[in-house]
Amino acid sequence: MNLPDAEALCQELARRLRSGVTDSTGLVGIRTGGAWLAERLHRELKLATPMGALDISFYRDDFDAAGLHHEVKPSQIPFDVNGRHIVVVDDVLYTGRTVRAAMNELFDYGRPGKIELAALVDRGERQLPIAAQYVGATLSVPAGKLLRLARDERGRFSLRLSDAKPAA
Amino acid sequence: MRNPQLNGDGTLQHLLTIEGLPREVLVHILDTAASFIGVTEREVKKVPLLRGKSVFNLFFEASTRTRTTFEIAAKRLSADVINLNIGVSSSTKGETLLDTVDNLSAMYADMFVVRHSSSGAAHLIANHVASHVHVINAGDGRHAHPTQGLLDIYTIRHYKKEFTRLSVAIVGDVLHSRVARSLIHALTTLGTPDVRVIGPKTLLPTGVEQLGVSVHHDMREGLAGCDVVVMLRLQSERMKGPLLPSAHEFFKSYGLTPQKLALAKPDAIVMHPGPMNRGVEIDSSVADGPHSVILPQVTFGIAVRMAVMSILAGR
Repeated sequence: MNLPDAEALCQELARRLRSGVTDSTGLVGIRTGGAWLAERLHRELKLATPMGALDISFYRDDFDAAGLHHEVKPSQIPFDVNGRHIVVVDDVLYTGRTVRAAMNELFDYGRPGKIELAALVDRGERQLPIAAQYVGATLSVPAGKLLRLARDERGRFSLRLSDAKPAA
Repeated sequence: MRNPQLNGDGTLQHLLTIEGLPREVLVHILDTAASFIGVTEREVKKVPLLRGKSVFNLFFEASTRTRTTFEIAAKRLSADVINLNIGVSSSTKGETLLDTVDNLSAMYADMFVVRHSSSGAAHLIANHVASHVHVINAGDGRHAHPTQGLLDIYTIRHYKKEFTRLSVAIVGDVLHSRVARSLIHALTTLGTPDVRVIGPKTLLPTGVEQLGVSVHHDMREGLAGCDVVVMLRLQSERMKGPLLPSAHEFFKSYGLTPQKLALAKPDAIVMHPGPMNRGVEIDSSVADGPHSVILPQVTFGIAVRMAVMSILAGR
């Protein structure tokens, strides 16, 4: 199937986000793809608050079945989340389970004032009542396919579709 | 020979000894531990990974630091923790080790953390329990203390970044030390080129060279130019017969003083698994001095034990 240009989607997402964020907004990317994306958006939008990154491995709901992800990286939230407007950033929004885990982790840092969600691609098929406020594009992807963001050595984004069973 | 602590796919089922564990398994544990360090600095110092699981701390031998850090680690993973000091209950009434384990398994244990004075006790339990139950060796006799070895290499990596250019000296009562054995296996697996053991002949196991270490009886010669000094506790309670003239004599030859430490590299770190005998194996001015990382070792131990428990439980 034809995949949209991730760079163009990223520009579109930045354009939509611009009106929704302020200097005190905390951008939090979900590792790995979402953190790359948050890094780029943070730069484009010239946000004053440093960006954060979450590794949700310790909050996954499939830990009993799938175990610990092999390359867990530390989560970093370099600002006080209490009362803050936070935009969680992920590359692909699918079942919503990853976002659920990310929100649970955020609440262990404090009580955010408001959490919104930005995703480069929304592929639908939610299993939880979660919706994104900022989306680059919506895309229908066959079940059983894994859609994710890739980044080359020059930092350019592209979308990749593979047969691997999608991690929820 | 099959490694009883590894599953068919190479993942950890139990942690019994560092000996024979591949480098990737050690690095995975250290990397995971690094992620848990951040958790302990947050407002809520817990993650939900082991929610609903029961961890039994089975200590047949006295321990404060190890038992407490295992308890904290399990609680930060949201597990339920049950502490048992078996020395003062069932075994004194004549119950066998495996009967004790069977009874606790009937109480829905998911994980046993075992400390025992007999080498091989944790292996015995691991071979006995159901396949969904995991066993962590928290020290068995003179044999192994793998989580201590792991927190030692975590500490070394934290301060020295990599192992491939390091000189590490392990000093004192190597003969009775399960800590030394676990650390030596970990260091050699990670490619440390220069591991030295220093001590009197009576406190070094025969054939210790076969573990890939160099042997020194002279402290000054052994400490020269090393990056890491690991002092071991003089385990008088494990000594049978006259291995030593006196604690005072031992301190004169093998106690770590500022003068002896000056022979190591200027940025050398000093480690000790605890509990310390001040004035026996280590001088107070070194234990509390700028080279000492003895208390950070304890803190890192929590994250390392969280990493081991979460890797074992997540199958």
